[in-house]
Amino acid sequence: MGAEFVQFSLTPMLIGALAAIACALPGNFLILRRQALIGDAISHVVLPGIVVAFLLTGTVAALPMLIGAAGAAVVAVVLIEGVRRLGRIEPGAAMGVVFTTLFAGGVLLLEQSDTSSVHLDVEHALMGNLESLIWLGASGWGSLADPAALAQLPPELGRMALVAAIIGLLTAVFWRWLKIATFDEGFARTLGIPAAGVGFGLVITSAVAAVAAFDAVGSIIVIAMFICPPAAARLMTNRLGVQVAWSLGFAVLSAVLGYVLAGYGPLWLGATGAVSAAGMIAIVSGVILGLACVYGPHRARQGAAAEPAGR
Amino acid sequence: MTPGPLSVAAQDGRLLDSGAPPPDSPLAIRGLTVSYGERPAVFSVDATFPARAMSAIIGPNGAGKSTLLKAALGVIPRVTGEVRVFGTPVERARDRIAYVPQRASVDWDFPTTVIDVVQMGLYRKVGLLGRMSGAQTRRAQDCLARVGMADFAPRQIGQLSGGQQQRVFLARALAQDADLYLLDEPFAGVDAATERAIVEVLKLLRAQGKAVVAVHHDLSTVRGYFDHVFLINTRRIAEGPVATTFTAANLHATYGGRLAVAQLDALALAGAVP
Repeated sequence: MGAEFVQFSLTPMLIGALAAIACALPGNFLILRRQALIGDAISHVVLPGIVVAFLLTGTVAALPMLIGAAGAAVVAVVLIEGVRRLGRIEPGAAMGVVFTTLFAGGVLLLEQSDTSSVHLDVEHALMGNLESLIWLGASGWGSLADPAALAQLPPELGRMALVAAIIGLLTAVFWRWLKIATFDEGFARTLGIPAAGVGFGLVITSAVAAVAAFDAVGSIIVIAMFICPPAAARLMTNRLGVQVAWSLGFAVLSAVLGYVLAGYGPLWLGATGAVSAAGMIAIVSGVILGLACVYGPHRARQGAAAEPAGR
Repeated sequence: MTPGPLSVAAQDGRLLDSGAPPPDSPLAIRGLTVSYGERPAVFSVDATFPARAMSAIIGPNGAGKSTLLKAALGVIPRVTGEVRVFGTPVERARDRIAYVPQRASVDWDFPTTVIDVVQMGLYRKVGLLGRMSGAQTRRAQDCLARVGMADFAPRQIGQLSGGQQQRVFLARALAQDADLYLLDEPFAGVDAATERAIVEVLKLLRAQGKAVVAVHHDLSTVRGYFDHVFLINTRRIAEGPVATTFTAANLHATYGGRLAVAQLDALALAGAVP
C-alpha cells in the first residue's frame, strides 16, 4: 500500500467512513424512536431541492446544491410534522405521504426543465461518485504533511469531516436529552425538557447528515447507514452508549470493507474492472446486519412489548 | 382568604361548588379542556387535590382520567384551563412534581439498565452535562432499595416483569424528591406483592407530608388506599373525601349503566342510590 493507495483509495475510503459515521450516529436514535425511514424519506426529498437550486442558479456547484437539498429537507420535515400533528396519523404514514409527493415533484421538475447540459441524473443521485473523489495531488504517505498536496484534497472530505464532527458533538452534548426523550417522552416533558424540540433537532441533524452524505456518496449509502449499523449494533448490546459505539465501528467497517471489495473483489474473482463502491458499502452493511441477526448476543427480545397508552 | 387570580374564574360560574382553591393546594385545576380532534376528552374540569393526602382519579375507560393528569402536567397540550401546583403555575413548579407515567407508554426494549432509568429522575438536578455526584448515585440506589429492587440495578429493563417495571418507575419518581407525586394507573397489571409494596411507599410519602394523586381503576380498593376521590367522565362528576363522595349515587352518575347493581352492592357503599 503505497502512493497509489494514498492517491486513489485513501480519500474515498475516508469520505465513505465519515459519511457512514454521520448517518449512523443519529440513526441510533431514529431506530429506537421507530423513525428509521426518515433517512430514506430525506434522501428522496433532496431531489426537488437540488433541481430547484439548479433552476435558480444554473449551475451544479456544490454550495447551491447543498442549500437547495437542505431547504427541501427542512420543508419536508416541517410538512411531515405538520401532517402528523394536524392529521393525527402515525409518523410513518406522514413521511410516506410527504416524501413520495416531494420526490414525484422533483421528477416532474427534472423532466420539465432542461438539465441535459449538466450532470444531473438519477444514477448520480443513487450512487454518488465516491470513486471519483481521489487525491491527485498526493504522491505517497508523505503528502499528508505537505501543505501543497493537502490543499488539493477533495472538498467533500473537509465538508464530510466537519458535518461528522458537528453531529458527534451535538450527540455528546444532548446525550441525556436524547436518551430520555427517546425512552420516555412524557416523563421528559414533566422535567421541563423540550421533548418536541429534541425530536425536531434529531430530524434536522439527520437531514444535514443525509444531504452532506448524499452529495458525496449518493442516497444508497445514506439509506443503508441510517439503519444497518445501528440496527446491527442494537443486537450486540443492551446499553445505549455501547450500542452507539458498535454502530460507529460497523459504519466504518462497512465503508472500508465495502470500498476494498468493490475495487478488488472482482479482480480476486478473476473478473476485470470494479463494481460500485456505494452499492458494495451498502451491501456490506446489510451483511453485517444479517450476521448480527443470527449471531448477535442480544437478538432475543424479552419483556412486555410497548402498547399504546390509554387515555 | 384574599382572592387570587384563580378565583376570577368564579365569576363565570365554572368553579361550581369548589370555591377558590386554597393557595397551598398541591394541585388545583380550573376550567381544563383537552381535545383529541373534534371530541373533547376532558371538558371544563375543575379539581382541587388536598395536601398530605392520597387522592384517586376514577372514572370509566376513556373518561379522560389519564388525559386530565397529562394535560395538567403539560405532557399533552390543553385547549384552555389553568393549573397551579402549590399556588404557582405548573411550569414553575417542576422541581416539586414527580410523575409516574403508564407503564405501557414506554418501550421496555430500550437499551438501558434499571439503575439508569432511576437516575433519569435526577436529570433535572444534574442538567445536560453535569456529572452525577456520588451522593446522587447513592440516592438512586437507595430509591431502588425502597421499592425492593436493589438487586436489579444492573439488569436490562426488558428482563423485568410488569410489577418490577412499575417499581422501577416508582423508584425514579422517588429519586425526583418531590412534594407532589402524580401516578398514572400505578396498579395496572401488577402482581399483588407489588401492589402492596407500592401502597406502602405511597402511604409513607403521605406520612412525610407529601401529596399523592393517582389515576385508579380498581373501585374495590378505593376506600382502603385513598383519602380523597375525584370522579370524572369527561366532565367532573364529584370530588371530596372518600367517606362522603365515594357513594353509589356518584358512581352511578360517573359510570352510568356500566356498573351493575351487584358490583355496587359488593363495594358496600355508604348511602344508597336515591
